[in-house]
Amino acid sequence: MFDLISSYHTKLLDAFWVTIKLTAYSAFWALILGTIVAAMRVSPIPIARWIGTLYVNIIRNTPLTLIIVFCSLGLYSTLGLRLAAEGPNSISENNFRFAILGLSVYTAAFVCESLRSGINTVPFGQSEAGRSLGFTFGQNLRMVVLPQAFRAVIAPLGSVLIALTKNSTIASAIGVGEAALLMAEMNENEAAVLNIGAIFALGFVILTLPTGLFFGWLAKRFEVAR
Amino acid sequence: MTTASVLYDAPGPRARLRYRIYSVFAVAVAAAALWFVYRGLSDKGQFTAAKWKPFTESQVWSTYLLPGLRGTLEAAALSIVLALVLGMLFGILRMSDHRAIRWFAGVVVEISRAIPVLILMIFLYNLFAKQNVFPSDQLALAAAVTALTVYNGSVIAEIVRSGIRALPKGQSEAAVALGMRKTQVMVSILLPQAVTAMLPALISQMVVALKDSALAYQITYLEIVRSGAQLGAAEQNPIPSLIVVAIIMIILNYTLTVVATRVEKWLRTRKHGSRAVVPAATITAPPGMDALVSDVSLQKPQN
Repeated sequence: MFDLISSYHTKLLDAFWVTIKLTAYSAFWALILGTIVAAMRVSPIPIARWIGTLYVNIIRNTPLTLIIVFCSLGLYSTLGLRLAAEGPNSISENNFRFAILGLSVYTAAFVCESLRSGINTVPFGQSEAGRSLGFTFGQNLRMVVLPQAFRAVIAPLGSVLIALTKNSTIASAIGVGEAALLMAEMNENEAAVLNIGAIFALGFVILTLPTGLFFGWLAKRFEVAR
Repeated sequence: MTTASVLYDAPGPRARLRYRIYSVFAVAVAAAALWFVYRGLSDKGQFTAAKWKPFTESQVWSTYLLPGLRGTLEAAALSIVLALVLGMLFGILRMSDHRAIRWFAGVVVEISRAIPVLILMIFLYNLFAKQNVFPSDQLALAAAVTALTVYNGSVIAEIVRSGIRALPKGQSEAAVALGMRKTQVMVSILLPQAVTAMLPALISQMVVALKDSALAYQITYLEIVRSGAQLGAAEQNPIPSLIVVAIIMIILNYTLTVVATRVEKWLRTRKHGSRAVVPAATITAPPGMDALVSDVSLQKPQN
């Protein structure tokens, strides 16, 4: 196993670095998009609620593989959309960004659902108080409800982030060079199935376990005492 | 009345007008986005009759889509049944009185959840190929089912645990008082009720298994995304094929989700039996954290 690690160590680090980058960028965009969709889902405008619900139901019930393949095959190859500048690495760069797009769109649905359950934990009295102070829906959401909702959903958001880390392996379906792709490649060239499996399993345990513990600590730290 | 409606008052005439303007705006944005995709695709000729005509031919369905759908359903059904068995076993082991057993089951469950299903699938595929455990035409199915079983089994183990925890404590106390042994309490008192309580969570876990079976796309298993891609290559209509596959999966999964919420509602409102329910939208704890599941599922009906 150590032979394998030493002969592949640059490749392994590169691949896991791509995994981390995919996760971090997608987490960022998913958080933004998810918050917007959650705000739409609790808004007073029926049509916005309806669009938000439609988004969540469609995205949540589609396999992620399909979404990512569609991003590459549909948006990139067929529609000719470009997310990266022309250049020598343009194809891999574009695939990387389309994978981020697919992962963010998918994860946003789960971020939205977590947030919505967080909004439900804020006592009615608080937003009633906000309203009686003359806050509009937007002010109420921004200053009273969402800050507490975010604190309540730190742990669930941690699970979403861990799921996202694991889901980022699916980007190998469109040839993004992250962990799963390297694993498949190593299995083709080397005969050590068990060792390769152990290396990648260990890699993901190292990535996800601390995330879980960190978010658990964070959730306790920022818990709203009620 | 939705729970969120406490965020805003019933609109007066001016608010109604404002909402109407926002509505028009929201519709305009959504329509523009849809139009952009539609225009882009139709400019590339994706909406011509020739691209969609194949779906009216029964031959296309019988050679591509239906076998793919069968592959998806087969992998999902096999793995959910096996995962149920495995999950019950490990869920119970995790609540054992012996620390060593509890610890062992805990480690197995946490590790199975920390590893991406796809990584597990690639690993098992290569392992099975090397060891010649399965005939080569069943290799992909075996790897997919095993990987999905391990992952879903570990999630179900947590669901079982929270299902049993959600039961009132008096149940097992009464059973012990009647002189039942630990195994008897588990098998004849706790498990049957826990299974009912966790039904909604189990059904929505089926959606996960169904969706995740698409991961087997990457180990060349013939499931619906792969068959859709093959159809797209054969008929020169990759986009329409993927759209049709997406619609099939959405209908299938959405139906299951609706069933899960109906069952949950029914379990919560029925007159007798324990009211413990593990909700369909159970949030499972991330690896390394102790189950939040139990906190969420312990909420019993308010009245």
